[in-house]
Amino acid sequence: MNAAVVLFPGSNREGDVASAIKRISGKTANIVWHADSELPSGTDLVVLPGGFSYGDYLRCGAIAARAPIMNAVRAHAERGGLVLGICNGFQILCEAQLLPGVLQRNAKLRFMCKEVYLRVERSDTPYTRRYNAGDVLKIPVAHGEGNYTADKETIERLEGDGRVLFRYVSPEGKTDAAWNYNGATNAIAGILSEKLNVLGLMPHPENHVDPAIGPTDGRGLFESIKSVLEAA
Amino acid sequence: MNIANTVKITPALVAEHGLKPDEYERILKLIGREPSITELGIFSAMWNEHCSYKSSKVHLKTLPVAGKIVIQGPGENAGVIDIGDGLACIFKMESHNHPSFIEPYQGATTGVGGILRDVFTMGARPIACLNALRFGSPDHPRTRHLVSGVVAGIAGYGNSFGVPTVAGSVGFHSRYDGNILVNAMAVGIAETDKIFYAKATGVGLPVVYLGSKTGRDGIHGATMASAEFGEGAEEKRPTVQVGDPFAEKLLLEACLEIMAKGCVVAIQDMGAAGLTCSAVEMGAKGDLGITLDLEKVPVREEAMSAYEMMLSESQERMLMVLKPGKEAEAEAIFTKWGLDFAIVGYTTDTLRFLIRHNGEEMADLPIKELGDQAPEYNRPFTESKKLPVIDAASVPAPKSLADALEKLIASPDLCSKRWVWEQYDHLILNNTVQRPGGDAAVVRVQDGPKALALCTDVTPRYCEADPFEGGKQAVAECWRNLTAVGATPLAITDNLNFGNPERPEIMGQFVGCIRGIKEACLALNFPVVSGNVSLYNETQGRGILPTPTIGGVGLLADFNNSASIAFKASGEAVLVLGDTRGWLGQSAYLATVLGREEGAPPPVDLAAEKCAGDLVRDLIAKGRVTAVHDCSDGGLLVAIAEMAMAGNIGATLELSPGGIPPHAFWFGEDQARYVVTAPALALPEIEAAAKAAGVAALRLGLTGGEELTLPGERPISVAQLKKRHESWLPDYMAGGN
Repeated sequence: MNAAVVLFPGSNREGDVASAIKRISGKTANIVWHADSELPSGTDLVVLPGGFSYGDYLRCGAIAARAPIMNAVRAHAERGGLVLGICNGFQILCEAQLLPGVLQRNAKLRFMCKEVYLRVERSDTPYTRRYNAGDVLKIPVAHGEGNYTADKETIERLEGDGRVLFRYVSPEGKTDAAWNYNGATNAIAGILSEKLNVLGLMPHPENHVDPAIGPTDGRGLFESIKSVLEAA
Repeated sequence: MNIANTVKITPALVAEHGLKPDEYERILKLIGREPSITELGIFSAMWNEHCSYKSSKVHLKTLPVAGKIVIQGPGENAGVIDIGDGLACIFKMESHNHPSFIEPYQGATTGVGGILRDVFTMGARPIACLNALRFGSPDHPRTRHLVSGVVAGIAGYGNSFGVPTVAGSVGFHSRYDGNILVNAMAVGIAETDKIFYAKATGVGLPVVYLGSKTGRDGIHGATMASAEFGEGAEEKRPTVQVGDPFAEKLLLEACLEIMAKGCVVAIQDMGAAGLTCSAVEMGAKGDLGITLDLEKVPVREEAMSAYEMMLSESQERMLMVLKPGKEAEAEAIFTKWGLDFAIVGYTTDTLRFLIRHNGEEMADLPIKELGDQAPEYNRPFTESKKLPVIDAASVPAPKSLADALEKLIASPDLCSKRWVWEQYDHLILNNTVQRPGGDAAVVRVQDGPKALALCTDVTPRYCEADPFEGGKQAVAECWRNLTAVGATPLAITDNLNFGNPERPEIMGQFVGCIRGIKEACLALNFPVVSGNVSLYNETQGRGILPTPTIGGVGLLADFNNSASIAFKASGEAVLVLGDTRGWLGQSAYLATVLGREEGAPPPVDLAAEKCAGDLVRDLIAKGRVTAVHDCSDGGLLVAIAEMAMAGNIGATLELSPGGIPPHAFWFGEDQARYVVTAPALALPEIEAAAKAAGVAALRLGLTGGEELTLPGERPISVAQLKKRHESWLPDYMAGGN
């Protein structure tokens, strides 16, 4: 697993995700500066971390999506390489049109930091092969603009193609408006690209990998990536 | 002397600058001529209450500030303590009360930004933020707006900057209707041999301006914060600064990088009174003069005058003295982060603060008298009258203890503050071992197992009733909360919020609280290493409740051995350690259930406090207790209810002992007490240890079931209790209640 974590001005969870990668793969991720134009050679996973790139000015992720490094990230994705965007990273992927749709302000118009329940919708992807479809994970969210939506056709296509990977659910695994805190369309928490190699999600699996700090339901995501890359 | 006096200095202009006639006389004597308008502005900025501590200094000097672990006490940007293994904890708390009342979002935001800057200016990477908030009565028409704006502002800054906000307190009282309190605390970690100070050394070294550009925002902010509010406080909005957490995050990274490269001699953030205060402090502390050439200052507005530049409180700026020859290296780092970098002056051996603008001298003042030799007052004070002790037997009992409990845990002060702390990112950095909602937050240091315990405390209604006991209690409760998670309390920062010090009765509250803080700090070996004083918290002549907020830091050798408040299992014994006498004066029961704020507050026996705390810490370290909770507001029954709600486990309680009315036993607020749980097997050892320590240990009942049951009372469903506890604040903010 040769991960490159992109550092934009205003990123702030790059350390959290790098330490999760280290904890699970044993390997130190490269931190790549936004103004660089190339990824380190041999990179097999690109991570766009959480934070407030460019202060969320203009629109969340809009300025970062046009940073020099993003051409290299796009090329990596087009080659089928894995790209993981978490929180602000998801917003950047949408702004860069590597994923469809947008992330609006939370329905209650407030920032929200809390543990939520996510249902894994399928296990045959590079990000979820260590989970079972239907598993319910306890993972924290920390965002003000995580309310995913897209036009009707896009949502239908995402659903029809099985590209909704994580959904906000009740602890029992049922979709329920009361447990869809940010008001996302179809309770969507994370989606995949057509080739299933690009994942954007609002929750923070990297914050739930260490038993000292809380639940460890986020480990499976990094373990899945590791197993895919090691098999390659 | 060739300073042109373009503006006539009239008594009215002097008064507008917040300077009293005798202070102006002092200026005339000091410089031997009439000051220029720029000079008047500089004096106003340096000699106001906020920057000079002129009313408080004489009393602050009495506080214990030394100790084995103290590396830097008060007087620097923040306090520094040694936490072992070559690491230091750097922390401070500061108020942003006046700006937050005028413009809650930006006021709170810049409060958080300012305190973070104080901490990373010293070379520390911030690891946690805390706060203490006091709002007016929930019925006051502005309260919702202020709560909403302040909480969003704290969240907006801390979340974006990328530091977890891990603990705090929120309270309501009509005495804050016209003057809310926003106290923000930041905590950082640095290596003990890589700490940076404001004191400049060396003559002819470059003085460098870093960070965001200077604009016309916040001019006279510190002067505004040093006056009481009259009518039309809202019109002061232009004196409130605007925060940019993105710029601050870049400033943090750039400053830490520049420090790591060994470029820095001295550094001072531009907070209150901006460029003036930072330059004067660096020079005065180092016994050096400073010369500034203002045309070199990066500005974002055209045609700014020297007066405006010297008094601007634009945010996210720093002043540094660089090592010679390091200019290019430092500039490259700042350019990389997209921040301004400009050499704006140099140090001199003249002890003068010389300001030039396009070659013209605008100010030439003695730097020591501006800074560390500013005026000091020993203002007259009258001691607060002692209130009578209320006999518990004379206080009416509730019809039902269960009803009274439900009322208390759903009251504005004691209800869950989840609505607040869920807006704060409390998980970022992956080190938050104990999250908000307990006695103290526990934050892992680096990869552990070392961890810090952090909390903020004060009980303003105790301080109002008896400043001395209230001051003691604030320190003691902070010490107790750190102890309750298993930490060894190390040191505090104090944020002293009071009314107008020119009124002897307010000064009496201040002096009384300081005496109490001093006595408690000495008894508990708990030095004050940093702090902030906020006076003139008054609106139309009505002062706030005296509110000396105490922010505490404790150390855990191993976070795996920390204790939490939640009941862990059924069938465990519930005990109270410490003496219960049923003190109802100034209790939450009296205030919330009976609507009476009366009587003397509970006295704090510091020797008993020490014995009980040392015992509890030892029991936690030995793993003898399974849950621990400080017993404070609302007394035993509220503490037990909080433990039950946190663990989703009920308890069956026994009859209260004879000699104390049951409502006084369950709701009394005697100090120096902890509620703990333990398996039956551990009880003999716990009781023996308590006896040896001279601490009372009383069995109260057993955990288990889904209800709290008291003899002769209807059972109280824990789920129902939790619902009421959790719903008051969200319902209120949604416009209900």
